[in-house]
Amino acid sequence: MAEGVYGLVAEFDDPDRLIEAARRARESGYRRMDAYTPFPVHGLLEALGKRPTRLQWIVFIAAVLGGVGGYYLQYWIAAVDYPINVGGKPLNSWPNFIPVTFEMAVLVSAIVAAVVMFALNGLPQPYHPLFKVERFQRASQDRFFLCIEAEDPRFDLEETRRFLESLNPLSVEVVEP
Amino acid sequence: MAVETAPLDASRYTWVVEKISSIVLRKRSPKWWYTTVMISGAFVCLLVVAIAYLFGKGIGIWGVNNPVFWGFAIINFVWWVGIGHAGTLISAILFLFKQEWRTAINRSAEAMTLFAIACAGLFPLIHLGRPWFAYWFLPYPSSTLLWPQFRSPLMWDVFAIGTYLTVSAIFWYIGLVPDLATMRDRAQNRLVKILYGIFSLGWRGSAMHWNRYEMAYLLLAGLATPLVVSVHSVVSLDFAVGIIPGWHVTMFPPYFVAGAVFSGFAMVLTILLPLRSALDLKSIITDDHVDKMAKVMLTTGLIVGYGYIMEAFFGWYSQNTYELSMIKNRMFGPYAWAYWMLIFCNILVPQLLWIPKVRRNALILFPISIIINVGMWLERFVIVVTSLHRDFLPSAWDLYIPTFWDYATYAGTLGFFFFCFMLFIRFLPMVSIFEVSELRYRHRHAEAEGAH
Repeated sequence: MAEGVYGLVAEFDDPDRLIEAARRARESGYRRMDAYTPFPVHGLLEALGKRPTRLQWIVFIAAVLGGVGGYYLQYWIAAVDYPINVGGKPLNSWPNFIPVTFEMAVLVSAIVAAVVMFALNGLPQPYHPLFKVERFQRASQDRFFLCIEAEDPRFDLEETRRFLESLNPLSVEVVEP
Repeated sequence: MAVETAPLDASRYTWVVEKISSIVLRKRSPKWWYTTVMISGAFVCLLVVAIAYLFGKGIGIWGVNNPVFWGFAIINFVWWVGIGHAGTLISAILFLFKQEWRTAINRSAEAMTLFAIACAGLFPLIHLGRPWFAYWFLPYPSSTLLWPQFRSPLMWDVFAIGTYLTVSAIFWYIGLVPDLATMRDRAQNRLVKILYGIFSLGWRGSAMHWNRYEMAYLLLAGLATPLVVSVHSVVSLDFAVGIIPGWHVTMFPPYFVAGAVFSGFAMVLTILLPLRSALDLKSIITDDHVDKMAKVMLTTGLIVGYGYIMEAFFGWYSQNTYELSMIKNRMFGPYAWAYWMLIFCNILVPQLLWIPKVRRNALILFPISIIINVGMWLERFVIVVTSLHRDFLPSAWDLYIPTFWDYATYAGTLGFFFFCFMLFIRFLPMVSIFEVSELRYRHRHAEAEGAH
């Protein structure tokens, strides 16, 4: 642990080199690290040793709740609170309730997918230590970054810097918190 | 061209970043941009005047009257919703089918969807007569103790269009966030940087973030795909659930959905063909893209053509007096000109798209796309008006003649649509930067592996 340091960030010019670097960092025992890329790079998550998201299950539950809620809304209105007898037809006329049930399932799950995705990502987050690194502006354009955080038990400013430099990056910089 | 951006390395797959962001980040707007904004802005003013006058006087200023109560408002509503559907088709359905060519056009098509739904949603609202009571559509516990009637397709419409607008906006914004971060990092002006910074929510491209992002995007695409089919099906049920001759047909949902995609792709071409010349984007929106869009138009055009033939067949096969006289009236009655014009625009002209050279020639394709837009508007005109103006009792027959205010409102929404689109291309990246970069990386990767 080093005081007053968020971590060390290494810059690469190619996604494949970044994946290789992430894999080697993991093999060297680093765990608290993250990679930053201008577009999704497949295989990076596995190289970092992180578990893929389970967002889909949250959205699935939202879809079920939205659909059930949408149906119940119509059932309660049409059959319980405000029943209108139309030619003796059943009050719970379910085929008529399908379109709104479907739309409600879609609406609720789409909103949940968006909100939960940003919430799990911790966004909006106006400040992040990496934004202070001048070169990190390229992370949204054409450069690929690997950041080993100071919280990692194996983090040592000198040793980790030497390790990152052994991966042939374009640059290695200290990130202040 | 004064480009206010930092230079990047001439790397093989990221020139896109520079190219697309420079369209937005340059200091001066081109002359044609000001011209288009001013002309379309004038039509927005006309729309405001038309709506203000409508709210003051009531819908008597329109041509709608007994027996044709639906008129331009419903025609334009269906037309605009249909145009919106191409954007969702391109961004969601083609995404699920892994059609990579969509990345060049999906952002602008999604923007088009949003503006088209905004125009569409306006019409049923101002058609209400007392639009300030529009919130009565929503199921809320009111002091009148009344509830909306959920057995009516009009209520389904409220939910379908509301959901569609919301989901399209979410889908569009989520797609924009990483690109807004790119704009934030490339902008030199402090104020511009802060504004893009706010809307990019602090996106930094972390691997874990991308993983959740891709999952959310995939789920939204999966949700938007059945949604888009449901929306135009519900729109068609507004007609098909009624017992008016010519409307009471089981074929309506698929026939409407195909027509929606047909007109939507025509509108995408109407917008993108001039824009890609004006903004020098031919290397991103290539002739191959245009060719594929033309093929989609041809296919959906054939489905629509099949629909017209089946409508005529149903009229004859039903041997129902009203259905038979409706189809005869449609073909040879007072609105026969509209029917034959639509056959010309939607069946005959698109046959030119069989020729590969036509599909790649912007100068021919552009007029074809406008002809299809006109044809699809006429189709809705024919469906709405010819069925209503002569239904069951000859004593109740009358002609429908639109007034100046009908045309003014319609022209006003066209102006609003193009006005919004012009603002969009000036302030937001009109091609998805990160998706095109990723695609280029993957292609380079595939080439490298092939060389081994």
